[in-house]
Order: sequence, then structure tokens, then C-alpha cells
Amino acid sequence: MTKMLQHSGYEEERLQRVAELLPCREVQAGMLLSLMGQPQQCSYPSIFIYGHRASGKSHVMQVLLKELELPHATVSCVECVSVALLFEQVLLSFFGCDAASLLPRSPSLSDFVRIYRQHCSQTPAKQTRYIVMEKAELLRDTDANLLPALLRLQELVDDNVTIILLSEIVWDKFRPNTGCFEPLLLHFPDYSKGELQQILSQDKHPSYSAEFYSSYINILLGVFYSVCRDLRELRHLAALNFSKFCEPLAEGKVKETDTHKLWRNIEPHLKKAMQTVYLREVSSLQWEQLQQMEERECGALRGLSAHTHVELPYYSKFLLIAAYLASYNPARTDKRFFLKTCFSYKINKFVVDSRVAPTASIFSQISSLVTLQLLTKVSHDDQLDAPKYKCAVSMDFICAISRTVNFEIIKYLYDFL
Amino acid sequence: MIICIIGFIDVQVQDILRERFCRQQLPDRLEGVEAQHKHLLELLKRTAVHGESNSVLIVGPRGAGKTMLLKCVLRDLLEEKEAQKNLLQVHLNGLLQTDDRIALKEITRQLHLENVVGDKVFGSFAENLAFLLEALKKGDRSSSRPVLFVLDEFDLFAHHKNQTLLYNLFDVSQSAQAPVAVVGITCRLDVLELLEKRVKSRFSHRQIHLLSNPTFPQYLERVRTQLSLPDRFPDQEFCQDWNDGTLCEDKSVQDVLQKHFNSSKDFRSLHMLLMLCLSRVSVSRPAIRPADLLEASRLCFTDSKANMLHGLSILELCLIIAMKHLNDVYEGEPFNLQMVHNEFKKFLQRKSNSMYNFEQPVIMKAFEHLQQLELIRPVDSTAAKTQREYQLMRLMLDHSQIMEALQKYPQCPTDVKQWAMSSTELKETFWM
Repeated sequence: MTKMLQHSGYEEERLQRVAELLPCREVQAGMLLSLMGQPQQCSYPSIFIYGHRASGKSHVMQVLLKELELPHATVSCVECVSVALLFEQVLLSFFGCDAASLLPRSPSLSDFVRIYRQHCSQTPAKQTRYIVMEKAELLRDTDANLLPALLRLQELVDDNVTIILLSEIVWDKFRPNTGCFEPLLLHFPDYSKGELQQILSQDKHPSYSAEFYSSYINILLGVFYSVCRDLRELRHLAALNFSKFCEPLAEGKVKETDTHKLWRNIEPHLKKAMQTVYLREVSSLQWEQLQQMEERECGALRGLSAHTHVELPYYSKFLLIAAYLASYNPARTDKRFFLKTCFSYKINKFVVDSRVAPTASIFSQISSLVTLQLLTKVSHDDQLDAPKYKCAVSMDFICAISRTVNFEIIKYLYDFL
Repeated sequence: MIICIIGFIDVQVQDILRERFCRQQLPDRLEGVEAQHKHLLELLKRTAVHGESNSVLIVGPRGAGKTMLLKCVLRDLLEEKEAQKNLLQVHLNGLLQTDDRIALKEITRQLHLENVVGDKVFGSFAENLAFLLEALKKGDRSSSRPVLFVLDEFDLFAHHKNQTLLYNLFDVSQSAQAPVAVVGITCRLDVLELLEKRVKSRFSHRQIHLLSNPTFPQYLERVRTQLSLPDRFPDQEFCQDWNDGTLCEDKSVQDVLQKHFNSSKDFRSLHMLLMLCLSRVSVSRPAIRPADLLEASRLCFTDSKANMLHGLSILELCLIIAMKHLNDVYEGEPFNLQMVHNEFKKFLQRKSNSMYNFEQPVIMKAFEHLQQLELIRPVDSTAAKTQREYQLMRLMLDHSQIMEALQKYPQCPTDVKQWAMSSTELKETFWM
């Protein structure tokens, strides 16, 4: 496997170390190395690397650049809310802080190129400089000239610099209208099931054998592989659930080799994880706590989602229920309506039923429901006298709400009559 | 001993060819554009030597060699002593100088007149430009030195407010203020439509087109030239062997080059292909073989979306198949998650596949992942008004891409494959 990484421009033992740090990615690393060439040679002005999340793009780049000690600047486009941050980061990495400080208040691309040119004429690149941009799809949302300019940066600054863009979106969705300098496209394929098994098994716990952990990973992949192939997510799930897997072993009930019993113990637990932790309905901390009190309390998990966390005042709940009924019941079923979607009149029904005075505070709660995005406004902003709203919650949610006020909403819904 | 020599040679080859493919090194002579070269050289000579003002646009698709043409012409121009002594150059780029204020600052800087301008404030752009050109006069002669303005990405300057820079530059080139040559480089063939009437009238309407249309044998010759090593290569024997290589005579290589020729004839895509071949040259293989070219071509023509489909989970793939069925039945009408889920449930019921019976939120997460990959896109961007499950989406893949991806998908379950192919048969029988 280490045979793949060979290049006359770099020391063999360094390449060996790189190969060890990049399991299952030797082919891609080799490809990148051959494109990069000798450190002092120039490379193609821009390279676009695409592939699924957690397919090793950033990892391979970082390992290569750090281990081989090549001059580089890594920028995450998520952090660069303004282009100034991007320019600063690049100038800082290549020329130090005095170059970065030369940038004016809100620098334009013109300023950046000018300062870069100044400095690279003083300190020309002895080795190819690399600028790695992660989450490059966000560059599409910045100024229209930034992406095309970055792709031809080598030409604009007249220096031995190469831009490497990393993204999970394909290049076809990046191309500007009038075209641009086309980068070299490189694909990082997804890990196969076997490769995932190999990589995940490397995280083995010191107090258990490698085969034991391997069998655990096998079971985990069996449950989750058809739904998720993201290495990061799988590692997270593996780390969270391992203690539960080892529980019967720790309690002395089974031996390491009793795979069937271990499977029976962990499988329902993993299934529940799919509905909660995987969906981020429950935080990892809550999950770990839950595992400890599993046997004693099988209460419902207090999820993270809006469903269980919204606490509405009493009248707001009724307003919401009224809104739901008004939105989903056809108008003709209630002869008291003469405006189709406006549900203000529905409130009268409840007001009459529960003898509550329709005060302004009741109606102000409508606007707070809109802020919570439980209602959406469908009328124009200029129609102040008859605003129209629509209910934006699901059936489950409204059933949960109506249960808390002892109101049987099913009896009032047209579709259920 | 021999290994050392070979080891050194592959580095030398890489050095030379990388300069050519990556750094766009100027060749000694440009092929196929002799007429354009002559025309441009004449024009610029008239400005640089005889003090005549001119304007011209170099128009051609991306990668046609416009910048290279200009650079070659400049190189030849500056061989004339007088031109070299007098000509001043200002290079502007539409991508960098995004508005006229920045452009003016850049012009000042490139003419080295920052100190002369100092803190002066000008009433208008025209005033400022006139001042700069006047300042050039106070050299040794009574008349101003000739200035060459090169405007790369010329079409972007046409989007500036009032096209002030363009108006003023062309105005100067028409009046007898100073000998000025304005050369615009653009990829837009309709560039004149972008100019305002008053700007267009001051432009000389001189255009140099680089719309070369080589025949396939000419293209093959171009490949050979691009790959050949120059005479000044240190190891003459190796150079001879390399240049005499029969790579371009190989049948499979010619087929591959024909495919590239059919898709685009420009230099840039050729350089990309040759760069990929070059990267495979190493100590152990100091030559480009047909297999290298085939592999490089395969990389160039690979379908990116198909590659991404290969990495989807089974659940996500099933959702895509469900969307495909919806597209087939409803002829491309947009769908939402609920509709896709219902379609998926039909598959589950038919085959009693409890294996894929996931909860709605899990399916939602898979659906969201597809949205993040931009394989599906919302129909309108105002997505906030409706609930996520009911937002209408469109699939950004076509039928053949999905079917091809299914064939290549690793360990695709047979029932999923059958489901994908089934409804087309059903549809056909129905319409018969």
C-alpha cells in the first residue's frame, strides 16, 4: 500500500508517514502528489476536489501539506464572512503580519492582488504556494468576480501559487455565466463498506481486543449503513454506543466471543439511536445519561426539537387550534364563516364557548405565533384591516397541544368525521 | 549511475512542459494566427512609434489564445528600440478593477504618478485622466509619451456606472490629447451590444477575432507541437527520441483526441488533458504512453453527478428512484417529501421490505442531505412560507443518469434495481 506513494521530489520516509496517516486514500494522495510535482515546479493554477462529506478531502490536503512542509494557507469559506478575512489569512500565511496589515479597511480584490504582487516580487516563491479553500460552494454567494479571479490567481499575481477548492457540490454548479478558467477536477470517491470497517476499527478501545471492536463496528454498520455512509457520523455513533455494547461484558453475563448475545443486547439500542441521536432530536450528553438510567426509567425522551420545547400560554394554544381548524376545514362546513381563510371569526366560537372577552392582548398573541413560525402570513403587508394567516404546524404537533388543554381536536376535523 | 541521469531527465521534461501547460509560457511563434498577429502589431507600432491613437478589441471564446496573442505582440513590439524607450503600459483587469474609482487609482499607480497626484481632488473622472496624461508630457518632449491601456475582461468594464472609464479612454483615443492605444480583450462576441451609444461612437469598431477552426489533422499537429521538447533541451538524444515518438499515430490515441476535438478545440482544454498525461511521467516511466492519454481523457470526461450518486446511501438512492417515478408519471411536475415518501411506501408494500421501513424523520434527514448536495432544488427560493415536508422540489438529474448510476452502484439490492426499471414497463403497457 505504501508503494503507491512515490515521488522523486519528496523524501521517502516522509511519504511513508503520509501513507500511514491516510488509510484507503493512497490513490488520491498519489494523484495529488503527481499533479503537485516537485516543490519548485509550477502546478496547474487551480484544482477542484469534490466528493461527499467526510470522504477525506480536507484530511488528505492537510496531511500532505503539513508532512511535506509545503507553504500553504488553509481558509474555510464558512469563516470568511467578508472577503477581507480571506485576504488577510492568505497574506498572513505567506508573507507574515506586516503584509496583512497593509490591507486597507475594506479591501477589494485589487488591493489584495497589488499587495501580493509587491511582496512576491520581494520574496518570490521557491516552492509552490498552495491556497486550500474548504466549503468552496460558499464562494458562489460572494461577489461575482471573486471565484473567477481566484481561479486565475497564478496569472494575476505572476507567482507560483495554486488554488485548491474543496467542495461536496459538483463543478457544473459553480461555473459563472460567461465562463472562467476551468480548474482540474479531481474526485474523491466515497469509502466502501469494507473501507469504512477498516477505518472505524482503528479507533479501538485499549482494554478490548481488536476483533471485539471489529465485530461491534460490523453490527453498527449493519444497522446504519443503509441510511448513512458519512464517516464522521458513524464515528460519533460508534463512540457513543460502545459503552452500552460492553455493558453485558462488564457485568460478566457474556464473553467476548458471544456475538449473538451481544447483538441482541445492542441492536434495539442502536435502532433507538437512529430515531434520536442520529436525528439530533436528543443531544449526545442526554443520550449518554439516558443509557445510564435505561433500566429504571423508560420515560419519553425530552427531545431537542420544537415539538416538546414550545410552551405556549393557555389562550395562544386555543388560537393555534382554532387556526388549524380554520386552515384545514373547508369553509362551507361552517355556516358561520363568510370569509374563507380568515380565521378571526373562529375565535368568536371559542370566545362564546368559554366566555372569554376578545381583548387586544388575545389578538396580539397572533403576531407572536407568527414570530414562532407556527402561523404564516399569507396576505400582503399593506392589507392591515383583514390580515390572513395560515397554520403551519403538523398534525402531530397540534394533537400534542390539544391534549394539553383537554380538547379533542379530532372531533372537529372535517377529514376525520 | 544511469538511474540518476534518468531521474534528472524526467524533472527537466516536467519543468519545461509544466511551464507550457500551467504558466502559459509564450511560444517562439504562434501558429494559425499570423494575420491577427500582424494586424495587432501594426496597430500598436503606429501608437508606440508614430504617436497615433488607436482602439481595438480582441474577441474570442475562452482559451482561444487572446492574452497569449497580445503578449506575443508586445514581446515583438518591444524589440523596437523606440517603442521600448517610450511606450508606457497600463494593464487593467475587469475582475480586479470592479469600479472606475479603483481603476483610476490603478492607472495612477501603474503610471507611477502617485506622488504627482498627491492629495489632489478632481471634479470628474475626465479631469483626473487629463491631468495624468498631461503629467506624462512633462518628460523630455513636448508631446506626451504613448500609453497602451490593456483592458482584460473588457465586458466587465461595460457594467460599471455610466461606463465612465470606457467613455473617457475612447474619448482620449479619438481626440489629439495624447497618443493612446486602448486594447480590450473579451470572450463575449456580443460585446458591442453592451456599450452605450456615446461610448460605441468613440470606439473605432476595430475587432480582431480569434475564431480559429482547425481541422482534425491540424489539431493533431497542435498536440504534437505542444508535447515536443525544444531544441535547447540538454540531452539531445533523449529529446530526439521523445519528439520522434509515435504517440499521435496510435489509433486509440487518435480516437480519444477526436472525442476531445469534437467537444472543444481551444488550447486550454488541450493543456488540461496534456497536464494530466504529464503528471504520469515519472522516473520509472519517462515517456507518455497511449494508456496515459486514455486515462487522462477518462478523467476529463467523467460525469461528476454520477460519481456523487455512487456515494449515496441506499435510502437516499431509493428516494431518488421514487422521485424518478414521480417525474415519469407526472411529467416533470415538482414534488415534495410527502409525495416522495408515499411513492416509496408503495415499493415497501409491494415487496414487503421491512428492511427499509424507516421513520419519517429519518427519511426527512436523507431528503435534506440530497438537498444539501443540490441533487434536488426547491422550486422557488422563498422557502420560508411552507413547512419543510410540503416544499416543492425538482430533481436535478435525468433518467439516464439515474439508471446508469444504478448499474454502477456497489452491491445494489436486486429488488431496488427492479423497482427502478419496473414502472417504465408498466407505463408502456398502460399507454399501449
